[in-house]
Amino acid sequence: MLVSSNWLQELIDISSYSPEELAEIITKTGIEVESVTPVAEGVSGVVVGYVESCVQHPNADKLSLCQVDVGEETLQIVCGAPNIAEGQQVAVAKPGAVLPGNFKIKKTKLRGEESNGMICSLQELGIDEKDVPKEFADGIFVFPEDVKAGADALSLLNLDDKIIELGLTPNRSDALSMAGVAYEVAAAIDGDYELQEEDVPYSNKAAGDLISVEVEDKQANPYYGAFIIKDIKVGASPLWMRNRLTAAGIRPINNVVDITNYVLLEYGQPLHAFDYDRFDSDKVVTRRAKDGEMITTLDNQKRELKNHHLVITNGDEAHAIAGVMGGAKSEVQEDTKTLILEAAYFDPSVVRQASKDHGLRSESSNRFEKGVDPNRVERAGKRACELLAKYAGGTVLSGAVSVDQLDRSEKTVSIKTSVINDRLGTSITNEEIADILRRLQFTYEQSGEHFDVKIPTRRGDIELFEDMLEEVARIFGYDNLPYTLPQGSSQAGGLTLEQQLKRKVKSYFEGAGLHETITYSLTPKERSQMLVSPEIKRQAQSPVGLAMPMSEDHSHLRLSMLPELLQSLSYNVARKQKDLSYYEVGTVFVSNEEQVTKQPKEILRASGALTGTWISHAWQQEKKEVDFYVVKGIVEGLSAQLDLSFTYEKTKLPHMHPGRTALVKSGDKEIGFIGQVHPKLQKELGLKDTYVFDLNAEELFAQYTKEEAFQAIPRYPSVSRDIALVVDEQITSAAIAHTISEAGAPLVKDVQVFDVYQGDHLPEGKKSLAFNLLYLDPHRTLKDQEVEEAHDKILTAVKDEHEAELRG
Amino acid sequence: MKERLEELKQEALEKVSKSENVQSLKDVRVEYLGKKGPITEVLRGMGKLSKEERPVIGQLANEVRESIAAAIDTKQTRLEDEELEKQLEAESIDVTLPGRPVRVGGPHLLTSIVEEIEDLFIGMGFEIKEGPEVETDYYNFEALNLPKGHPARDMQDSFYITEELLLRTHTSPVQARTMGQKDGNEPVKMICPGKVYRRDTDDATHSHQFTQLEGLLVDKHVRMSDLKGVLNAFAKQMFGAERDIRLRPSFFPFTEPSVEMDISCKVCEGKGCSVCKGTGWIEILGAGMVHPNVLEMAGYDPKEYSGFAFGMGPERIAMLKYGVDDIRNFYTNDIRFLEQYHKA
Repeated sequence: MLVSSNWLQELIDISSYSPEELAEIITKTGIEVESVTPVAEGVSGVVVGYVESCVQHPNADKLSLCQVDVGEETLQIVCGAPNIAEGQQVAVAKPGAVLPGNFKIKKTKLRGEESNGMICSLQELGIDEKDVPKEFADGIFVFPEDVKAGADALSLLNLDDKIIELGLTPNRSDALSMAGVAYEVAAAIDGDYELQEEDVPYSNKAAGDLISVEVEDKQANPYYGAFIIKDIKVGASPLWMRNRLTAAGIRPINNVVDITNYVLLEYGQPLHAFDYDRFDSDKVVTRRAKDGEMITTLDNQKRELKNHHLVITNGDEAHAIAGVMGGAKSEVQEDTKTLILEAAYFDPSVVRQASKDHGLRSESSNRFEKGVDPNRVERAGKRACELLAKYAGGTVLSGAVSVDQLDRSEKTVSIKTSVINDRLGTSITNEEIADILRRLQFTYEQSGEHFDVKIPTRRGDIELFEDMLEEVARIFGYDNLPYTLPQGSSQAGGLTLEQQLKRKVKSYFEGAGLHETITYSLTPKERSQMLVSPEIKRQAQSPVGLAMPMSEDHSHLRLSMLPELLQSLSYNVARKQKDLSYYEVGTVFVSNEEQVTKQPKEILRASGALTGTWISHAWQQEKKEVDFYVVKGIVEGLSAQLDLSFTYEKTKLPHMHPGRTALVKSGDKEIGFIGQVHPKLQKELGLKDTYVFDLNAEELFAQYTKEEAFQAIPRYPSVSRDIALVVDEQITSAAIAHTISEAGAPLVKDVQVFDVYQGDHLPEGKKSLAFNLLYLDPHRTLKDQEVEEAHDKILTAVKDEHEAELRG
Repeated sequence: MKERLEELKQEALEKVSKSENVQSLKDVRVEYLGKKGPITEVLRGMGKLSKEERPVIGQLANEVRESIAAAIDTKQTRLEDEELEKQLEAESIDVTLPGRPVRVGGPHLLTSIVEEIEDLFIGMGFEIKEGPEVETDYYNFEALNLPKGHPARDMQDSFYITEELLLRTHTSPVQARTMGQKDGNEPVKMICPGKVYRRDTDDATHSHQFTQLEGLLVDKHVRMSDLKGVLNAFAKQMFGAERDIRLRPSFFPFTEPSVEMDISCKVCEGKGCSVCKGTGWIEILGAGMVHPNVLEMAGYDPKEYSGFAFGMGPERIAMLKYGVDDIRNFYTNDIRFLEQYHKA
């Protein structure tokens, strides 16, 4: 809502505040002021000029040479506007004047003729193109009425105004009118305002002779009033009215349209004027539209109606979509003589639906949608009649013809001072409450600390005690609330075990060299199904898709974070950032339904993607690219952090390197996978060798047990032995290590591979694996012989199970 | 004999002091203290001495022996130290060459901000609650006083999956869910951070996915001044002790009264500048007293229980605190962005 401070000053005395100070007060008590903008900042030296003569410039076809009376003198001015003519009163920027953009006017010569100033268009004076009346769009502005030569054109054109822009929340539609704003300002500054009574010069003739009204759906249209105004002379509206419309961002059109718009601004009540003769009927019937019924609206669009739309008809065809837009057929035109003026109350939801269906958001629909003041509907009609009589020569026939079932009663809300203080933490007195109600102009009955407050119908947002609590609090002032801390039952606060573990895992990854990323949960359908861990895939029917995505890029919920992580890598590599190690802890969305009806399971996962150089120490010629074992090391470190033991099994997965991918298990539960991205996908994404991991964090947290008991540090020394075994190259180190552990139990406490060799001195298809074994008995020192026996047992076992030979 | 011993001592000590290396010291030791050395010889000849002379000479011989040995030891230690010193000198390196890099990662800026806020509220006794990102229409809207057809639903166009399921548009459903678990007779004191989604086209100030962090306190006799006190404590710790706060009226369907909280602008210290658009204040969060309909739907009697709630956007806070100028930076994961904020 754009509020002219000049207009507001006429409604309520705000002269002791600058518009900026007022803005601050309004913002703190109720409605946020988004900006305060001068209409024409820094403009000066513009006066009214009377064009005494206007002749063709001797040296230029398109220029005119004018003698202009600007009060104390007559200036010769060259003007290029096509609409300049003798006898006009125009806005003249005299030499020394300043126009918007700090444009200074000087004496000059144009094609050999002296020009002492400039005759201005509205645009040149700083009025927004869209607010300029059409007749002046391509030329200079001409005053529509008699003004004095030499008078200050800036004030006549309201260019000395400041516009206060209100950011209205949906509940404060009462401030969608100057009256509403004035009531609000009155409460804020403790000023006086009341909406003046209308004064309509009714003629003797009754409107009922010319029109009748029928309403079919009184729920949707509880009040419809039709006024008849005859003898209309369509023309320009008075300058002050045009100025106010312009200030509010509404383009002046003609007196009839301007008056309905003016009342809309003044009262917050949208009105509509039909040309009585073009309406072509003596009855107004409002009803629900028929499916497929057509109407051509004022913007010359043909629109198809549905049966939930409400229309204003002449008993036969639709002449307006109720509350949204009028029809072209009965539009007021220059020759219009008689008006039907509609003042009505339409159900907010009916108007909202129609406005949404037709993509028509108008000043009118915006107000109906939020609910207009039932006590101001008819009054707005009267106000328009008053103005039409005054400024459009109208004769107002007596009595609005109406159908009326509108509830205009005021609700009562009871408040109690002690409860207000209990809720606010204040010690407001009964007197202060009474004073706040007086400022708000809410009437009430008081008995002690009890107040029964009658809520004026303009404040439809107030229904409950809490709504009144807010009214009291905001006028009392939030600045005046004390600072206290909650006194109720105390709790320790803190993180749950799962939240602690999530933080632990994240800081582990970061310590291990990974950067945390956050990617989008919504991905293209294709990507949402890629690189999904097998245990997730088994549970998920298909990715969960949006009913109406905004774009294909964000249409489905992810089943894996890896595709978006790879996109992030790709984005960076394209920008020459090649060494990347990313992780994300986030949820994936798993639904076991083909057609989703229930909330999907949201599973917390920890995923990572790495590419490029892992460690490089150039002057020592040390350089390590990211490989499978870098990533596996990070995952192994994670299991150590959580005191879990992971096992790895070679596997093949779509989009993954068939020889370099492993399933990861923790205990006997599958928890995810690690490996290299398939080189074909790497190539598509412009990536070099890229390795990923994707783990079920939730399962890891579930398996985590907080170790409480202290484990004694072994007192006796351990014995370390190495063995090198020659085995078939297909046999995994894990399989051998497993056999060693089993055969060596209980003395073998740890088995570590320390060398893998293939090549010279070994038969084709064979490899050598060297292990370091750690023997320990926590209760005594081991004897050599015991170790030897165990060692022999191990050798026998690996030979039996894997045909492993001791390497000579 | 006595003279002979003194002479030998002088001779040996001189040789010790002239020795330049460990080997020549060894030679001195063998020459004078060895089994065939002159002192041993002197001692052998002691049989010829009188009973009285024998202990005197014996003692003297031992003293000579010891002083020579001591001199050799001292010198030897010194020579060894010098040699080690020389050797270590030869091993010196260029300490200005770069070290072997350790790979270091770090948290995302949003995580840092969220965890900072979490810790701050944990300190005030709040718990952290989480909830699903795919929500039911009921919890996302209806339980929060936004029935179907409510005009305020326009404020946040949503991503629906079915008519009843959608991506949550705010973290408020976590509040409704948490309250709902309490049978209407237990206090709630929680914050809930999380991802939320709205139908916005991504640009410098809009993102279809972003982060929210909300707080809720429900108990008997919760006052609006408590809200002001808690938010003040939060603002001072998060943005600096010298920041002031102000509350001004606003509207949210799930709170009444509703307010927005501004903090005084850091750039101009409240005088008005381009950052605060001349107002001296910067909007940080929305808050209010929990709407009685919301309490009631969650099973609380609004006559007995009251509460406050607040909600903020970590992206906005990060943008204000660090001057990040484009919200898309949080989701593009450009390494040059991520690395900047690892100490945040």
